[in-house]
Amino acid sequence: MATLGHAVDTAAERRMLLLGVRLFILSEVMLFGAFFTAYFVLRAQAPAWPPLPDLERPELPLVGFNTLLLLSSSVTMQWAVTRIGRGDAAGFKRGLLATLMLGTVFLAIQGYEFASNGFGISDGVFGSTFYTLTSFHGAHVLGGLLLMGVLANRARLGLVTREHHTAVEGVSYYWHFVDVVWVVLFLTVYVL
Amino acid sequence: MDRWRRPGLARGVLGGVAGFAVGALPIVAAAQLGADIKPGHGLALGYIGAQVGWLLGLGALRFWTAWALGRAADPVDQAAAHGRAGDWTRYFRFTTDHKVIGLQYLITSFVLFLTAGLLAMVLRLELAQPGRLMDGDTYNTVMSTHGIVMIVVALIAIVGGLGNYFVPLMIGARDMAFPKVNALSYWLLPPALLLIVANPLLGGFDTGWTAYPPLSQQANLGQQAFILTFITLGVSSIISAVNFLVTVARMRAPGMSLTRMPIFVWALTVTTSIVLVATSVVAAGMTMLLFDRLLGTAFFRPSAGGDPILFQHLFWFYSHPAVYVMAVPAFGAVLEVVPVFARKPLFAYRLAVLSFIGIGVLSFMVWAHHMFVSGMADYFHIPIMITTELISVPTGIVFLSALGTIWLGRIRFATPMLWVFGFLWNFVIGGITGVFLADVPTDLALSDTYFVVAHFHYTIVGGMVYGLFAGTYYWFPKITGRLMDERLGRAHFWWFTLAFNATFLPMFWLGLQGMRRRVADYPADLADVNLWTSVASSTIALSTLVFLVNAIRSWARGPKASANPWRAHTLEWQVASPPPVENFEHLPTVTAGPYEYGVSASGPVIRPGGATGH
Repeated sequence: MATLGHAVDTAAERRMLLLGVRLFILSEVMLFGAFFTAYFVLRAQAPAWPPLPDLERPELPLVGFNTLLLLSSSVTMQWAVTRIGRGDAAGFKRGLLATLMLGTVFLAIQGYEFASNGFGISDGVFGSTFYTLTSFHGAHVLGGLLLMGVLANRARLGLVTREHHTAVEGVSYYWHFVDVVWVVLFLTVYVL
Repeated sequence: MDRWRRPGLARGVLGGVAGFAVGALPIVAAAQLGADIKPGHGLALGYIGAQVGWLLGLGALRFWTAWALGRAADPVDQAAAHGRAGDWTRYFRFTTDHKVIGLQYLITSFVLFLTAGLLAMVLRLELAQPGRLMDGDTYNTVMSTHGIVMIVVALIAIVGGLGNYFVPLMIGARDMAFPKVNALSYWLLPPALLLIVANPLLGGFDTGWTAYPPLSQQANLGQQAFILTFITLGVSSIISAVNFLVTVARMRAPGMSLTRMPIFVWALTVTTSIVLVATSVVAAGMTMLLFDRLLGTAFFRPSAGGDPILFQHLFWFYSHPAVYVMAVPAFGAVLEVVPVFARKPLFAYRLAVLSFIGIGVLSFMVWAHHMFVSGMADYFHIPIMITTELISVPTGIVFLSALGTIWLGRIRFATPMLWVFGFLWNFVIGGITGVFLADVPTDLALSDTYFVVAHFHYTIVGGMVYGLFAGTYYWFPKITGRLMDERLGRAHFWWFTLAFNATFLPMFWLGLQGMRRRVADYPADLADVNLWTSVASSTIALSTLVFLVNAIRSWARGPKASANPWRAHTLEWQVASPPPVENFEHLPTVTAGPYEYGVSASGPVIRPGGATGH
């Protein structure tokens, strides 16, 4: 039985947990798929985008910078996974903290952007789709950060080791997924 | 007052109430300060708080919180969560044993089934005569609540109930892959079910279970109760689906290859795959609807560029596959029962498995046949009509698999087998009348009439509920260790079947006469048939009492069942009745397929293999 409390992950438990994470991510793909569907359907039916001329789309440079931050956080996360796989606990902690920091700064910049946008969630389909998509993604980033906080706490207590880091791999899958969603979101909602 | 100090039901209820207050109070305060707040905001946040408080009080999250804080899980606590045999309290707390969870789902489903059945009696009372007994809002609320509660029953009874109980046993595993997630999927439900049953206190809702905007955007707070319940059920089904799929993929006993898997396990594998892919789409749609109501978004609001038909697409993209989430497990239960009572190998086993997969794939391509009259794009009609008719091919093969097994078999007409015959009869009627609803020209005439009501009651009651009863009568001795009374079982079957057909066959005719569904009144010349239908429907309710009496009496003091009273070959019958807490003392090794009746003289083909136990 897959209990995460064991000192050593057996190969079977590791495979079960990671398969579970992959399947869960599949359902998440469909969740974002539904929101993107709504976005494309409503945008295709609008006479212009944004439909109301006095709404201005967010500036690209800041969001582009933010995209780079999130992309690098996937790299640091994967680096952390590699380090712990080789038994380098210190390197793992550095990689995890770097990911945590990058993710936090990403959310902060996102919050700043929300505050400085000249439109709100109730500004027609433009505001509705923009804020629903970005804040659902933001909530997923926040969830990932909380999971990493838990991992950091367990690493501090010496509970994350080369033999026992399946949870780290699971969180890394999830984090890469959240990253990919952002790339799609950036290209469609901001650039296109 | 020990019960308040330990996690459990009492603390869960307390936590739920406290959580509701924590969630809702800031909203009340903000409203007092003059912010633009609706009661719906308080209900939404209060409900989230109540769920969290309930789960915390129940102790559902304590293993994860301990893990997060880096504390070792208490082994005594873990053992207690798994439970000991004969300890009845484990049915009333957070227990990780899949057999306990299965029974929790089954009993919950049956209580809901009776509740929603009584609501149907109220509907038939109103419809017994032309004219009106109750006002329109009341009728609509009763109709909508009957609908959604029955949908919940159809979705969870076989998958959550029989599936949880028997899938690990049938594949030779000691439990599900993630037992705590499994328990969590059940315990998320009580607050949601309480909310939906209590919706009349919040003003009820009029949209039926489909919740189409714009009506659902304007309707009162009861509608929001519906949305929150729907989303919670979605979360519960998704985590449960992940659990099933990992269990089947990774926990099969040695020798249990995919082609030796019992057909019921295959059915649930396909079903949970559908759940996994489809459910989050409707959860997203319901979230948009909630945002339209609470946050001023415009997803389905045409005045601000939104599109109400978009909701219908998101809704049916899940809710049509959901029909197969109800039907395929019933197919699985039926095909599981047939070989045992015909004493023949399951006919065309591989083709039946492929048909399940085919149904699963096609179920995602047919959703818009619910929308032929919605005003959606015209070019969509013909392709959807074709895919809908295509799905009758794999469904027909499943049927032929049952018939081919029965053909020239040595049939025992025991109660489970009677329900199989009832299933075949009803589902043929439900399936053939479905063709008229799949064809665009006839559907344009029949849409929103009682023809539709009759059709889906033949597929869901005649199909899913018959599969559920076949499975329940079949597995009852395994679950309880007692045999059911055959005479009462037969009486239940004949009474239910005659009453059910007497109720719903005339509804086809009523629909052809143009009687509108979801409306409390009808033209006076349809009075006689409606009166007949109302009287017949009340006898369905009475027949259920026979089952209730039989189940309770047999459970309490029926004759003791042996391990394998039906002489079946699948693994769950190779352990004691009821199964021990750990299922298998030694994990079994499987050396042959599950349905080799009469093929070899070897008897049960599954032998315990001590070497693999740990």
